[in-house]
Formats: sequence, structure tokens, C-alpha cells
Amino acid sequence: MVEDRRSFVAWLQAAPMMLIFALFFLLPLLFVTIVSAWDYNEYEMIPAFSLRGYTDTFEGCIAELPGLCTILKTYLKTLKLCLLTWILTLLIGFTVAYFLAFHVRSKTWQIVLTLLCTIPFWTSNVIRMIAWIPLLGRNGLVNKGLQGVGLIQEPLEWLLFSEFSVVLALVHLFTFFMVVPIFNSMIRIDKRLIEAAYDAGATGWQTLVNIIIPLAKPGIVIGSIFVITIVMGDFVTIGVMGGQQIASAGKIIESRLNALQFPAAAANAVILLGITIVIISALTRIVDIRKEL
Amino acid sequence: MGEKRSRSFYVLAAFFTAYVLFLYGPMFAIYILSFQGPDGGLTFPMNGVSLQWFSKVFSGTGIVDIGAAFKRSLKLGLVVMVLTVVLSVSAGLAFRKSFRGATFLFYVAIASLIMPSIITSLGIALEFRLLDDSIIKSGAEGWTTAMGLFTSGLGAHLTWTLPFGLLIMFAIFNRFDGRLEEAARDLGATPWQTFRHVVLPIILPSVVGIGLFGFTLSWDELARSSQTIGSVNTLPLELQGLTTTVTKPDIYALGTLTSAVSFLVIFLALVVILVLQARQRRHGSDAGKGMV
Repeated sequence: MVEDRRSFVAWLQAAPMMLIFALFFLLPLLFVTIVSAWDYNEYEMIPAFSLRGYTDTFEGCIAELPGLCTILKTYLKTLKLCLLTWILTLLIGFTVAYFLAFHVRSKTWQIVLTLLCTIPFWTSNVIRMIAWIPLLGRNGLVNKGLQGVGLIQEPLEWLLFSEFSVVLALVHLFTFFMVVPIFNSMIRIDKRLIEAAYDAGATGWQTLVNIIIPLAKPGIVIGSIFVITIVMGDFVTIGVMGGQQIASAGKIIESRLNALQFPAAAANAVILLGITIVIISALTRIVDIRKEL
Repeated sequence: MGEKRSRSFYVLAAFFTAYVLFLYGPMFAIYILSFQGPDGGLTFPMNGVSLQWFSKVFSGTGIVDIGAAFKRSLKLGLVVMVLTVVLSVSAGLAFRKSFRGATFLFYVAIASLIMPSIITSLGIALEFRLLDDSIIKSGAEGWTTAMGLFTSGLGAHLTWTLPFGLLIMFAIFNRFDGRLEEAARDLGATPWQTFRHVVLPIILPSVVGIGLFGFTLSWDELARSSQTIGSVNTLPLELQGLTTTVTKPDIYALGTLTSAVSFLVIFLALVVILVLQARQRRHGSDAGKGMV
């Protein structure tokens, strides 16, 4: 009886959060799935079964073989940006987390330096994107500097509103999502294991590869899930930093929405969701998220 | 641990410093440039120093109605903050006992956190569109839309802030000593008294942290707001719109102001957390002090 009552109270305490997720997350996802199989015309959606959203999306994919159709090209481009960002955030994030976890010895300094990495996360992403403009623009600091020392004659055009600036901004914005989970895994590693490895004659490199990386794997996987899902669906960073010229999976959805083609937007969302789920389930095979909290 | 620092320490410390410069350098560039002189442009060098771009933002000339967007974002951020704190603490307490659907709620929260924002945003927009359609069909006179800042917009923000709140609660309670509650119960405290006088004071610094996440994430939210905010814009949306049209440093001035609010909130939250922790250390434990 007492147990029943406790469980009921707990259920009541969790109910408001569940309700929010039901109304603003689960139900909307259901609508995305349903509407993706609706018909549409120039200005409204029509609640009748049609796979037009999907067929329009893949238009020309068979006719243009062996060339790639727009949607495949766009997804390949998105995957490429995703892969580049993932590799860079992983390398930088791992190194930063490693420094914080193993080389900063005082607890206070650890907190201060972690906070230093976190504060930008609490400020606006758009501003952090705009911030690159005075540095990378035609007359920006980088071009001026390179011209000043005579390395280049003409300003480099590919610095801003290019794939380069998109990846740079993504790394700038989202390395934080790698640092935190990896750091979290690393501080749980028993320091005696590392001492034991040194005592047994392992080099620093061997310790890193055989002890630290395997034990930090859960953090690496969680960080990777964050970065990959963010970049796969991103349209803001790619839009602003790409000068609205680079296509991506997220931007297709946005432009369909702007054209009021809701079923087509929903179909693209379902496709994006499917690909994201495949990537995540591949990654979660490596690690059980719940155990890591 | 007084041993000499190895060479790898210095290499890594240099790397870390470079990373911090990479994080902050560009931001400081626009903070400085927002004080650009009247004839200055979007890039260095500074062409004199002035507050002209700030006054332009405040007077609203040249830029869309920023004051209104500012107030909207502020109000929304505060509401999101309060709801995030209350719902996260409540759900966090629930997870300490077992209840039906606990695992499900956990996975839904994680899914909401990592779901590409554009999909959530699209879903909520569709939901409200269909709702509007059915209300209009049922013959409601003059109905326009249920979509708005504090309906669809608020919901969209909560799908982003609540997972953070819940994860922070998990982190708190993983380190929480359950015996403290048992002791309170044994001494005859009601569940509410136990929460109010034992649990809450202990977790309070972290709860302030949840509030900090709630406000700042909402204040800067862009992707999920994009389709769900209705006819008005929040500050980040206005800023994003300006990136394609503005060629004067007023956008930097606006960016500096927006960041100033973020920094102010972060600073206040950190001060409150430090004060609370200091108080806990003073009053927290009388262990080892003998009988009083």
C-alpha cells in the first residue's frame, strides 16, 4: 500500500514534464509522420494520402543516373560537413578534456577552467557566428594580416561564406558538446590504473591508447551523438556562415517550409530523422547511455 | 602531488589556451567593433570610438523594432526558466522513486534533446496549423491562430531546456545521500517538510544552475523558435534576419547588448551559487564539533 502510494506520488511529480513532451514533442513528431504522406498544392496541404512529398524530393534520382540528383548531392554535402566537424570537435574536445581531467590538479582550477569553456555556450549562437565576419571577411583581420606580411596579393575569398567558414563556426559552437561528456568519463577513471600502467612500464602513448581512450569511450560516443545530430539538422549555422548559398538536409526542410509545402517539408524531416536514427543506433551499440549518467 | 610538470603539460596547456582564445577571440572582436566611430564599417580598423551604434539600436532607427523583440525574449526566457526549474525538480524527485514509465520518460527526454531542432519546430508548427484548421472548420467566428509566443513558442523552448534540467537533476541525485531524508522521516518530518527543509537547501545551488540553463538556452534559442513563434520575432530571430541585410555596426551593438544580458545572468547565477555554497559550508555540518 505504502509502495503504491509512493509510486503514485512519483508519477504525479513526473506527469507535468511528461505532458509537455507529449504535447510539444511526441504529438508533433506524429503529425510530421502523418503529414509527410499528404497531398499538397501551391498554398496548402490536402489531407489525402499521397506520396508526392517523397517522390518530389527524389525527383530525377533515377532519370539522372549515373549522375547524382539534388537530394543525394545535398545529403552527401551534409554528411561531409558532418564528418569534418565530427573529426575536428572530437580531436579538440578530447584534448581539452584530457588536459582538464588529468593535468589540472586542483579542484578549484578544474571548475574555473571548465566554466571558462562553458560560458560561451550560455551566450547566443548567432552572435558567435556574426563574430567571425570582422575576422574572415574580404577586409577582415585575417586577409589584412596575410596581405600585410605579403603572403597573398588578393584577399582570400574562401574564408567567409564558404564550407570552410561553416565548418569553422560549427567547431567553434559545438566542441563544447564533446568536451563535457568526455571530461565526465575521464574524471571517473581511477587514477591508480594510470599509475599502475606507468609502473608496469607503459609509455604515455600506450597509457592513452590502452587505458584512457577505452575508458573514455562512453563520453566520446555521447559527445559524437550530440555533434552529429546537431550538424545533420543544422540550417542556421550553414545558412548564416554559408551566406545562404550552401544546401544541407536542414535547409531543404526550411526552404520547403518557406514555400508552404508542408507535406514535402515533413517528408524531408522523416528522411532526415531516419538517417539520424540509423547513425545514433549504430553509435549506441557501442555504449549504454543510461549507465553513464 | 608536488612533482615537476612534464613537458606534455605545457604542450596541452598551450593547446587549451589556444582553444580558449578561439572561443572568446571572435566574440571580443565584435564587442570592440560595436564601439566603432560614426564612419566606421563592419571590420577593423576602428574608425574612432563612439556610442552611436548603441544609440541607434535604442532609438530603433534603421533596425526593426528591437525593443519589442528584446522584451518578448526576456519575458519568454523568464517563463521558460521558472517552468524548467519547477518541472525538472519535480520530475527529478520522481525518478528517485520508481514509477511506471520512468524509462520511457528518460528516453523521450534524451530524444527531445538530440532531435534535430528543425524537425521539432516543423512538428509543432504542423500541430498548431491543424489545430487552427479544425477550430475554424468547427465554426469559431474570427479565429486566427493558437500559435504564439506563450503557446507554441514556449512549448518549443521547453523541449530544449527540460532535458538539460532533467540531466542536471540526475547528476545531483546521483551524489545525494538518501540517509538525510530517512533521518528527517525518522524525526517525524512530513514529505513536504523533508523536501522543504532538508532536500531543497542541499540541492539549491544546482537548482540555480538549472535556472541558468533554462534562461540562457531560451534567450538564445533560434532553430526551434523559427517555425513556432507565430507572427512576432524573438531577439535571436531578429538578429539572424539582420545578418543578411545590415551593413553597419549596429548589428554588433545589438550583439553586444544581447551578450551583456547573457553575461549579467551568468554572473548573477554564479554569485548566487557561490553564496549558497558558502552558507552551506558554514551551517551545513556540525560533524566532529562535539556535543553542543
